Amino acid sequence: MEGLAIPLNHVLFVAALLFITGLVGLMIRRNVIFILMALEVMLNAAALAFVAAGTAWQQADGQVIFMLILAVAAAEVSVGLGLVLQIQRRFKTLDMDQARRLNG
Amino acid sequence: MELILFYIASAVALFATIFAMTRTNAAHALIYLIISLLAVAVIFFLLGAPFAAALEVVIYAGAIMVLFVFVIMMLNLGEEGEERERQRLNPTVWIIPAVLSAILLAEMLIVLNGFDAKETGALITAKQVGLSLFGPYVLAVEIASMLLLAGLVGAYHVGRRFRLAETDDDEAPIQTGSQNGEQR
Repeated sequence: MEGLAIPLNHVLFVAALLFITGLVGLMIRRNVIFILMALEVMLNAAALAFVAAGTAWQQADGQVIFMLILAVAAAEVSVGLGLVLQIQRRFKTLDMDQARRLNG
Repeated sequence: MELILFYIASAVALFATIFAMTRTNAAHALIYLIISLLAVAVIFFLLGAPFAAALEVVIYAGAIMVLFVFVIMMLNLGEEGEERERQRLNPTVWIIPAVLSAILLAEMLIVLNGFDAKETGALITAKQVGLSLFGPYVLAVEIASMLLLAGLVGAYHVGRRFRLAETDDDEAPIQTGSQNGEQR
């Protein structure tokens, strides 16, 4: 892609690494706050891929999608942190393995 | 030139993210996560998306991370109090985040002094983004606004203080689930 000084492959590679880091963090942590942080990292990596692709094709669509991802992340984190407060009040811990009332 | 800056920023982002995912203290992890977001903002800037970079700093590293800070403060995780606060001031805790953010600051100074933004090639300005956002994507903007409203109402409902009597305790989760289902 002409016009892009940084190779698109490298940016996508970085985005993939960031996403994998977030995914691994999501799987290995049991604290709710860390799980929310891992979700933020994954959304951010996806946004990086969108912006890089939009720049590579000289279109503004990538940044438009970035803004929509921003809105999704804001809504998700506000509801998620409200749930964190409720979990802390009810179970007196932030460990997700304690909040398993649906497990029967 | 900017390739080197890009690789440095990527390395900072990856290291900060890995550190953030492996801390045991939530406040420390938050510092690393903010540095990771700032590094991604630098990458956006180098890619020729200065508007996205500004939004990343203002909304992600600013507003969303402040929400995390508020919740961590509300949870009273630091009941040990001043002992831990004193431990937090020793250099081993803050030296790595300080070095990582200093690298990002140095990159910003290099960019500001070395070459102007026109040389980075593909530059997509905020005007193009705005024209696209409120032109073909105006329906997506409406949907995003409804999503944010649903998030607002949902956060208000979920975050309010339920009475912990037994009767209310049983009905409250059901009520929460149905409300969220309706909102989405």
